[in-house]
Amino acid sequence: MGNARDRVGRGNAWATMPGLLYLSLLVLAPLLVIVVYSFLSRAKLGVGVKWEFSTQAYADLFFSESLSGVRGFDPTYLQIILNSFWFALVTLIVTLVLAVPIALWIATRPPRWRTLLIFLVTIPFWTSLLIRTYAFLIILNDNGPINSTLVGSGFIDQALPLLYTPFATVMGLVYAFLPFMILPIYASAERFDFRLAEAAYDLGAAKITVLRRIVLPSIRPGIIAGALLVFIPALGSFLAPELLGGGKTTMIANVIASQFGASRNWPFGAALSVMLLVITLLVLLFLAHLARRTNKSGLESNMEALI
Amino acid sequence: MRKQSGTGTGLKNFPLFATMSVMVFLFLYIPLLVVVGYSFNSNRVVTVWEGFTLDWYVEVLGNDDIQRALFNSLRVAVVATFFSVLIALGLAIGLQRLARAGSTFAWALIGSPLIIPEIVFAIGTLALFVQVGVPLGLTGITLAHIAFCTPFALLPLRARLRSIDIAVYESAADLGANEWRIFRRITLPLLAPGVMAGALLAFIISLDDFIVSYFLSGPGATTLPVYIFGMIRNAITPGVNALSTLLLLASIVFVSISYVITRRKR
Repeated sequence: MGNARDRVGRGNAWATMPGLLYLSLLVLAPLLVIVVYSFLSRAKLGVGVKWEFSTQAYADLFFSESLSGVRGFDPTYLQIILNSFWFALVTLIVTLVLAVPIALWIATRPPRWRTLLIFLVTIPFWTSLLIRTYAFLIILNDNGPINSTLVGSGFIDQALPLLYTPFATVMGLVYAFLPFMILPIYASAERFDFRLAEAAYDLGAAKITVLRRIVLPSIRPGIIAGALLVFIPALGSFLAPELLGGGKTTMIANVIASQFGASRNWPFGAALSVMLLVITLLVLLFLAHLARRTNKSGLESNMEALI
Repeated sequence: MRKQSGTGTGLKNFPLFATMSVMVFLFLYIPLLVVVGYSFNSNRVVTVWEGFTLDWYVEVLGNDDIQRALFNSLRVAVVATFFSVLIALGLAIGLQRLARAGSTFAWALIGSPLIIPEIVFAIGTLALFVQVGVPLGLTGITLAHIAFCTPFALLPLRARLRSIDIAVYESAADLGANEWRIFRRITLPLLAPGVMAGALLAFIISLDDFIVSYFLSGPGATTLPVYIFGMIRNAITPGVNALSTLLLLASIVFVSISYVITRRKR
């Protein structure tokens, strides 16, 4: 009897079945299809693939045929992958530098203010990424607010070429992912007992020492979670380079998109996606190693900062 | 001299933190305000201010294609919300009862759409649909939306479930209620605010989605964000801003309601 009484109201594992089945079909299966497609041949016409085993797509990542028909090493795609890595890294660093002060500042406000301030951080996350990226298309425009102010005030004669540059892409990425860095760091900082920092301060430690030696190590889990939520999605970003980079700053996602669009080379697009998945996995493992223990509840509690 | 206790005086006044925070808030909100501001620009060239007008709102709301895209978006979002909440409800109830391995698998499934780049899911789903013969268009978009709306529907439910006192269930069991009755009469009513909050978040995530919808939209079956993307690609007029402003407004209103529901009685 006691056993049944304990179990009551604690839920039923079977209730998860429809969900797990559905997500297996629409989250796991698409990933598997991508892996399979990457080892197939290109369809001669139209969309799709030809069911014939091939590693051509992977070879195409590194080699290409010159006009004279000689196959040789071609760093084009490797360069794009490295570029994407670089963009994601800069995004990670900038969001980290911006997020730590604001997360700590919010965490040290009175509780009533904290909820409101963190809600204000989440609002941009819940607005359309397309619109947020579009905003920078206007802001960085040749006659947008920045340039017209600078030209109007006589600082410069001609509009600065801000749009369609790597700078524009990074701006878009930082803007898109900043809330994802602030929220997990805040979640860690909120749990931190600031009396510890106070104690160190009272014992004569300088503010910078308190920050470096006591506060930063304590919010490390938040920083790692933030890095995960910023770096990988940034690496696979499509909209910022598409709209703000102007073709000059292509990232992996744009090449993938074009392979499934105009270029109609699905196996190659799939192989690039697999590369993205492999990098994702490596970054996950690396961050898990940094965090020593990565667990589902960690992700959940960080995501819960959103609601 | 004793310092004021509580939320840490040592770092409370850490130099520059307040200034930097204000600047980050400005950085977060100015771009949104710029989009809204230029939606009232009477000039066709969006970035050259001419004068105040509401004409763009009249124009976009009267446009047949835009009305159709908006209607498509709403249809997808309503259906995706309904099913993702249903799925999330099952997950919320059962997750803690799963064995360790099952639980790890479940969390990987639920969490991966939040981490793995969206483009990979978009083209993966596209390939899957082409492979098994799901026609491109609204049905396919809806099927995909259900999957990635689920984690957002789940979060408020989990939070809500944790706030329920176990003693409530125990009393009910002691009074002779069976498991189903407890679920129907106790768990579900207590979860109701979580269901509502989760539904609002799922709705917003579906309504705002661009990338997955973009790859799965067939001819004649575009959603509003896909339509807006097309507009941006063509010629940028304040009409894009007017539509964007409406979409921003929808997001902010829905999230605010969800937030109020989640915070109440906690």
